[in-house]
Amino acid sequence: MSEHNYQPKSKFGKWFNDRLPLLTLANHLTDYPTPKNLNYWWTFGGILTFCLITQIITGLVLAMHYIAHADLAFSSVEHIMRDVNYGWLIRYIHANGASMFFLAVYIHIFRSLFYGSYKSPREIIWILGIMIYLLMMAAAFMGYVLPWGQMSFWGATVITNLFSAIPLVGESITTWLWGGYSVDNPTLTRFFTLHYLIPFLILGLVVLHIWALHVPGNNNPIGIDIKKPSKDTVSFHPYIVVKDLFALLLFLILFAFFVFYSPNVLGHADNYIEANPLVTPAHIVPEWYLLPFYAILRSIPDKLMGVIAMLSAILILAALPWLDTSKIRSAVFRPLYKQFYWILVLDVLILGYVGAMPAEGLYLLIARIGTAYYFAHFLIILPILGKVEKTLPLPMSISEPILGGSLNAEPARSKENSQKL
Amino acid sequence: MSDQKKVNRRDFIYTASTVVGVVGVGAAAWPLIDQMNPDASVKALATTEVDVSLVKPGQSITVLWRGKPVFIKRRTENEITEAKAVSLTELKHPEKDEDRASNPEWLVMLGVCTHLGCVPLADKGDYNGWFCPCHGSHYDTSGRIRKGPAPTNLEIPKYEFVNSNTIKIG
Repeated sequence: MSEHNYQPKSKFGKWFNDRLPLLTLANHLTDYPTPKNLNYWWTFGGILTFCLITQIITGLVLAMHYIAHADLAFSSVEHIMRDVNYGWLIRYIHANGASMFFLAVYIHIFRSLFYGSYKSPREIIWILGIMIYLLMMAAAFMGYVLPWGQMSFWGATVITNLFSAIPLVGESITTWLWGGYSVDNPTLTRFFTLHYLIPFLILGLVVLHIWALHVPGNNNPIGIDIKKPSKDTVSFHPYIVVKDLFALLLFLILFAFFVFYSPNVLGHADNYIEANPLVTPAHIVPEWYLLPFYAILRSIPDKLMGVIAMLSAILILAALPWLDTSKIRSAVFRPLYKQFYWILVLDVLILGYVGAMPAEGLYLLIARIGTAYYFAHFLIILPILGKVEKTLPLPMSISEPILGGSLNAEPARSKENSQKL
Repeated sequence: MSDQKKVNRRDFIYTASTVVGVVGVGAAAWPLIDQMNPDASVKALATTEVDVSLVKPGQSITVLWRGKPVFIKRRTENEITEAKAVSLTELKHPEKDEDRASNPEWLVMLGVCTHLGCVPLADKGDYNGWFCPCHGSHYDTSGRIRKGPAPTNLEIPKYEFVNSNTIKIG
């Protein structure tokens, strides 16, 4: 927010801008100085914005044809698929769009983890991001209930029953959530209402997320502070806009592949069976993007502790800026952290895999080791690593490595340590 | 001291008006919260009568009560003996079989796993009773939890025999 003295050229523009400074905002967004060394992992913010808008527009259209009633929901979804013009396309975009949204958000989160984007002064951006992620999970879960298939119904039953683990008031809370004594029509109608509401809450948080980002500016692959604007930055438009659009096109190829060639591969066949409260499917599995947390839930043999572990696994991320004691942001200069980072990625992927498998025998053992490691990474490894790790020398500026300047270790390092960290 | 008292009067008004405001907002919010609780039409379906004259020993029927399945099992002699033979120290949630089935031939219980609410499958699992496919809880012939993550035994609803052929649940 440096260029507040912007003056529109036209007379009308100036008159309008004096009364509502929208043009100043537009000018800020266009000229916003961006580190010139951002790589393609930084394009996922734009991709995520696209995903959110896509979900809102397709969801709005689906809501014109969907009927939120236990007796009619299942057939109204089939009506959308068979009768509504392009209904199949819109529903497949919406259903696969949720998966694409989560794919992008996981890449976005793991990019932050690698380059230390959650560290000072970007803690609030990070926490807003975690809140968005939580709301995304709530929206995805409730959206999955709406088609009222077997997985919808039993997924809703299992997840809402998590609240019954709360001592004393758990049963009352669950009954309150259901509006009855089991998942039924009142549950469906309120889930539909909330599923409609949450994307707009996310949109509001996204505005705050971007606002908070524009205060310190972007982190970058080297993770050092930059002066802006300077020769280390380029303006957001056209440089970053065009790069983001190119990345979006590549992402859309993947998106289109799922929508047009395997629209049901990420779903479960059981959800094409109408909800039946008397029969539980043999194997209840949540959508792929919730599997690691599901594995953590099932790895604990106690109901309340399992629920606490699962919630902690998500909420621990909000404390990450304080758990990671290293002052160096980017893993590029943290040889040990870089290795632990990839072990964590592997750990989460393994948890996701065992989350989809039956909770018994070897799978259960792997899930328990994976869960223990997940928490150890955040609670033991990161706090200690920041104290003992010997980090590599930081460059003076992001222009230095790019323009072939020598990585003169000592002066750069002492400068970084004394001035910025 | 007298100066402080003057400040305290203002503080009192400030605190009192805040309290009134909070109570008012709370009272206004309560209908918006309570509307999500079970409504009159849901509560009206609170009892169900079931004819069990056709159920033979070893058989079990499942009926829907308050949107939940209820298992009504007519147990065989073997199953009753097995349930009674278990010592209470072996149980995670110790309950005598006599307390769960006042008429030992009939076991009436909610078919809802106490872990996360799935419907357990009959005649499966390591204890000849029920097995929940979701997260692997095993129940015995008295519906008591024996192995797996479920914290408590399958719940016994309020029920009574209206006559020898009819059970009223709820």
